[in-house]
This record gives sequence, structure tokens and C-alpha cells, in this order.
Amino acid sequence: MAERIMNGAEVVLQALADQGVEVVFGYPGGAVLPLYDEIFKQNHIRHVLVRHEQAAVHAAEGYARSTGKVGCVLVTSGPGATNAVTGLTDALLDSIPIVCLTGQVPTHLIGNDAFQEADTTGITRPCTKHNYLVKESDRLARTMHEAFHVATSGRPGPVVIDLPKDILVSPAPYIEPAKVQHRTYNPQVKGDRSQIEQAVEILASAKKPVLYCGGGVINSGPQACKLLTEFTRLTGAPITLTLMGLGAYPASDKQYLGMLGMHGTYEANLAMHDCDVMVAIGARFDDRVTGNIDFFSPGSTKIQIDIDPSSINKNVAVDVGIVGDVGHVIEDMMKVWKAKQYSINQAALDAWWGEIEGWREKRCLSYIQPNDVIKPQHVIRRMHALTRDRKTFITTDVGQHQMWAAQHFGFEHPNEWMTSGGLGTMGYGLPAAMGVQVAHPDATVICFSGDASIMMNIQECATLTQYRLPVKTVILNNRYMGMVRQWQQLLHGSRYSESYSETLPDFVKLADAFGFTGLTCTKPDDLDDALQKMLDIDGPVILDVAVDDKENCFPMIPSGKPHNEMLLGHETGDAQAIDSDEGMVLV
Amino acid sequence: MKETEISKHTISVLVDNEAGVLARVIGLFSGRGYNIESLTVAEVDANSRQSRITVVTSGTPMVIEQIKAQLGRLVPVHKVSDLTLAGPSVERELALVKVIATGEKRVESLRIADIFKARAVDATNTSFIFEIIGSPEKIDAFNKLMEPLGLSEISRTGVAAISRGTIMM
Repeated sequence: MAERIMNGAEVVLQALADQGVEVVFGYPGGAVLPLYDEIFKQNHIRHVLVRHEQAAVHAAEGYARSTGKVGCVLVTSGPGATNAVTGLTDALLDSIPIVCLTGQVPTHLIGNDAFQEADTTGITRPCTKHNYLVKESDRLARTMHEAFHVATSGRPGPVVIDLPKDILVSPAPYIEPAKVQHRTYNPQVKGDRSQIEQAVEILASAKKPVLYCGGGVINSGPQACKLLTEFTRLTGAPITLTLMGLGAYPASDKQYLGMLGMHGTYEANLAMHDCDVMVAIGARFDDRVTGNIDFFSPGSTKIQIDIDPSSINKNVAVDVGIVGDVGHVIEDMMKVWKAKQYSINQAALDAWWGEIEGWREKRCLSYIQPNDVIKPQHVIRRMHALTRDRKTFITTDVGQHQMWAAQHFGFEHPNEWMTSGGLGTMGYGLPAAMGVQVAHPDATVICFSGDASIMMNIQECATLTQYRLPVKTVILNNRYMGMVRQWQQLLHGSRYSESYSETLPDFVKLADAFGFTGLTCTKPDDLDDALQKMLDIDGPVILDVAVDDKENCFPMIPSGKPHNEMLLGHETGDAQAIDSDEGMVLV
Repeated sequence: MKETEISKHTISVLVDNEAGVLARVIGLFSGRGYNIESLTVAEVDANSRQSRITVVTSGTPMVIEQIKAQLGRLVPVHKVSDLTLAGPSVERELALVKVIATGEKRVESLRIADIFKARAVDATNTSFIFEIIGSPEKIDAFNKLMEPLGLSEISRTGVAAISRGTIMM
């Protein structure tokens, strides 16, 4: 087919359609008016109008994480682009595929400090996987398709395309996606055969193996998660998941040790510390996972599988580093395992599981629900119980509530858990839930938030109303920035500097003002009814739950401590101050 | 080599010569706290619009491995090659060195330039500009000798490097 001449805005819309984009989250402005004009004239692509550009990116992240597709964002130049920066950084750290179109002043004005001009490619260079400034119309279609290729291939990430206004109104040739091949960026997906054989042999000879799996498994797709489950059962090894990996392996399974890391379970962290063979799959040895790196899993042979070569040997030196897509690599590992009829020594494995059972008996996540005040953990547990037979997606904001949700809501399937892991962005939860609900209109989408986090993108309540998105927001309200308060209590002599929420809005009235339902709950006996009522309402709901304001999130590995020096919490009297200058320095 | 030992590496990077590519490379180094001792860049293939960047950097073996992996995943990067590990290589740098002096010092500076095969490319009654080509160490040695003789300004290109023999990047 001959190249068709359209204008730039038409090319952009055509490219989005050809890339399978169904929804764009955005906010209009001067520089992108030609694109909004094209959106107005067509019916293929749905535009969801957010109320702040940061929320557009988080919504696209929620959309992407719950569907496995690319999330698409459209914002204007200058402040539109700078507002998107937090979302882009969030997507970069959590490896979420996003294509973000930003408007730009016309090419002849670039560099003139024009109205709403910002050096968008300069600003977003370190917070995107890649970015483009389209200065020639004949590069436009190619750049659009390349951006989708880059965003989704290898380790996914956000890509910005900066679009000067004159490019959008000038004639531009269109090229189909099939005709665009990237010259340099073609990441390796198949792992090296001999390394795979070596890794399998090491695992088969283990006495105390552990599989440590992360968001890379989810990003590799549902099939990779299925393969991981099969492989785990085949080997009989214990498995632990990172915050980003929750759902990659069913939480109810007996081989699952729970989440690991700073607020992970006792058994998961001790297994990591004491194992003799560790297989890291799509996980990057983040500081929240490793604790003090000098004491991290001292006696183990480490195997790492990651699609990003720069993730291997970054924080922790590994013995075998396999570059490849985890789905492909696990499949190959399984083939080798079966072909060579490997098995882990049963007696050794039994002894290892015996040790693990001993750690499990600590019941490190247990809490006592008293009669007078609601424990935040209990809210998560009850919500989990009440939504078991529904298709449910969970998003969170950042802080104590996020960790409690990760610890207590058992995730059985991938792509149902959306949280800001790497960047730790307060204000992520509500817009992400919006994006999830747009992708899954009939599912139950719950945002667990805190009284501080929810205020960071509260304006999106208007978006919920406009699009009738029945997102259920549960605020675990302790009137504090809880995690800040916890650290101040443990590390800064209980000096609660600026962490108390002096003036919170009346969330019931707030919901009402936005045109939907607000509920409150203050008594443990009313909790189930309140949660059920919320689930039964056919529309968005904010449920403000007054929870124990002194509750701390345990277990906890204090900053600078190794895995085997976890604090277990109230029952064992660990809630006292941590006397460590080193911990005070670390984050 | 010990895990904590810091060593110097010369890394060649073949990139698409497009706007912002140098900023990406430099931003990577500054953003991740890597060291740049010298950096040169110029287009080497006009047809395919490719540039070659030569970075001299230093770090522990783990950091050097990280630098290469991080460079490798930049989208416009075609190839990354660690010349220090690839085998013997030729490294050259050009420097322009201004020496302002009269009398015996002026004569001595010419004599030293001759020993180093540096060329005088500009001369006045009171000054010379020498052009010297060689390894960074040779240029350092030259500059050290020129210092007491009236060395007043230096401009260096940074290192260009290429593997010896038939080894290609």
C-alpha cells in the first residue's frame, strides 16, 4: 500500500489504533489541541479525562498492569509534561509499559522560552526508558511504532514522544507498524543453553533451595506465572515473592512462604538467609528485599534470571546470571530438569521444610483483634474473605496500609495487584484503580489507601463520577502518615514531627460532594457490614475506616540489618526503639 | 582481580548519531554516580549515521560490568566494547599546550618538545603552542616538564582508542 498523506495528528491516531490502543488517559492543552480535535472526530479510541496529569500516568499504569497491554497517556506541553514526571518515574522503576505523548511548542519556538515550553525530552530522559522529540514529519509514524516496540520489548518501561504542534498540523506520511523494524533495540529473550543447564544442575544438587521471584515473572505474562508454578511444584522448593511479584504464584499454596523483604514474613526472610541455593527469577535484589547487603544470604550459590543484563550483578554478585525472558528460561529449565530426571534430595528437602515449618510457627503476621478498635490488618483480611468469589483487583497507595495489604490479602493470580513498588509514590492508588476499572468494567476494583495518601490524588474522584467507575476506596484512617510515624517512633525517639494529620476532610461529605457514596466505620463489629455494603453499592464508594492509630507494621527488618535480625512485633516485645545511628541514615 | 580493586577501563560505544545521544550517555554516568575520566565523540560513519564514543572510566569489576550493561540497554546504542578487556589496544590523545616564556626557558621548552615529538603550531616572541599526540600518560609527562617552563593553558581531546590487530568492536 502506498504511503498515505495525512496530517500529523491523524498519523498519531492511526498509529495508536494500529498498535491496538483502546484507551488513552489524558488532559488537553494548547499544544495538543490538534490531537484532541482528531480524537473528537473518531470513534476507535476512547479518551478518559483525568484531573491531573500525574493521575493520567498512574491510571495508564493500572490499565497496563491489569491487562498486560501498553498504557497510553496524552498530555500537553510544559506543565502537562512536568506533572507527568512522577508517573513516568514510577513506571520506570516498576517496569510498566507506557507510551506518553506530550505536546510541545512548535519547532521554530523550541528553545525560546515560549509559553508552556519545557525541555520535555531533557527532563524525562532519566525517568523514561527512552524518549523522542519528533522534529520531522516523515519520522512521526516510525517514531510512534518504535515507541511501542521499545515500551514493550525486553524490560518494559515508559516511553515519551514529544510532539511539536506544527508537526501535528503538517502533512505527514503514514507507515504501518509491520514496516518498522528497530535497528538497535532487540533484547535477548532466550537464555543461554549451557548456563541454563548449569543452573538446573546447581538447583538439583541443593539441600536448602529457595526460589525468589519478582515482578519480572508478572511482566513475562500469565503463561510465565503458570510455568513458574509448575516448576516450583516439580522441584518441591519453597518460593517467596517480592512486593512486585505478588500473584505470580498462588498465595494459598503450601510451598509459598509469603512476601520477603523489609516487611516480609519471618519464614521467607530466614529461608533467604539460610538457603544454600537461591534462584532469583525476574527480581532485582532491591534494598527493600536484601536488607544489609554485606550479610545477605551469606552461604548460598546464587542464580539470577533477568531480561535486563544490567539487573544481573548490580547489587548482589551472582554465580550464574542468565539473560532472558523468565518465561522462556523457566520453560527451558523445566525441559532440562525433566530430560535429566533431576530431583532434589528428598531427605535434605524434608529437613529444610522442617526448619521452615519451625519459622512458620512464629506466625509472624498474627494480630489480636480487640473489641473496641479496628486493627488495620483485620480490614484487609475481611475484605479478602468477602471478595474471594469475585474477580477482584487491588491497588494501594504507599505506607503501612500498602504493606498490610501485601501481607494479608492473598493473591492467587497475576495482574490483580497494583502497587507502587520501586518509587513508593503516594497518590498512586486511586488513579491506578481508575485505570484498572476502565480495563475491567465488571470487576471489583478496590483501592486500599491511607488518610494521607488518598489526599495526594483526591481530585480523581471527579473522574470516577464522570465515567461511572465503581472503584471502592478503603481508607485505613489512623490520622497519621503511618509509616513515617512508625519510623519516628522506632528511630527518632517518638518525636512525631509533622506526621499527624491535623485536619482531615470529612470523607463522607467529600464523596458526597463528588457525587457518590461515602461510608464510615469505627467499630470492629460493624466492619463486615460496612465492607459488604460498600461492595454491594453499584458505583464508586469511599469507606473511611477508623483504625488503631498506634498499630505498627511488623515483621520488620530495620534498615541496615540482615534478614535474620527481624523484629517480630508486639507479641514478642519488639516494638521498642531501635538504637542504631546507621539505621537513621538509611531510608 | 580483587572485587574491591578499582581499575581504569577504556570503553567504546557505537551509537546512532541522533539528538540527545551524548546527553543520554553522560546522564547515565552522572545519574548513577560513575566516574568519567575522559570522553570523546564524533561521527565515524556518515552513511549509517553512527558515532563512536570513547569513555575512560574507573571502578571495581562489578561497577565496570554495570556501566557496560547500562550503556548496552540504551536504545540508540549498537555496541559496547571494553577495550581494556578485549586485548591490547592503541590509545591516542591530542593536546594543545600553550607555553609563555622567554630566554632560556623558551629554548628549553622547544628542546623538550623535540624529545616528545611535539610540534610548534603557533609561535610569537613570547609563546609557543605545541601540538602533542600520544597516550594520556605521555601527555601528562610532557605537561609536567612544561610546567616550570611557562605552561599556561592546555586543551586535550580525550582518548580515542581502538583494538590492535584484527579484533573489531
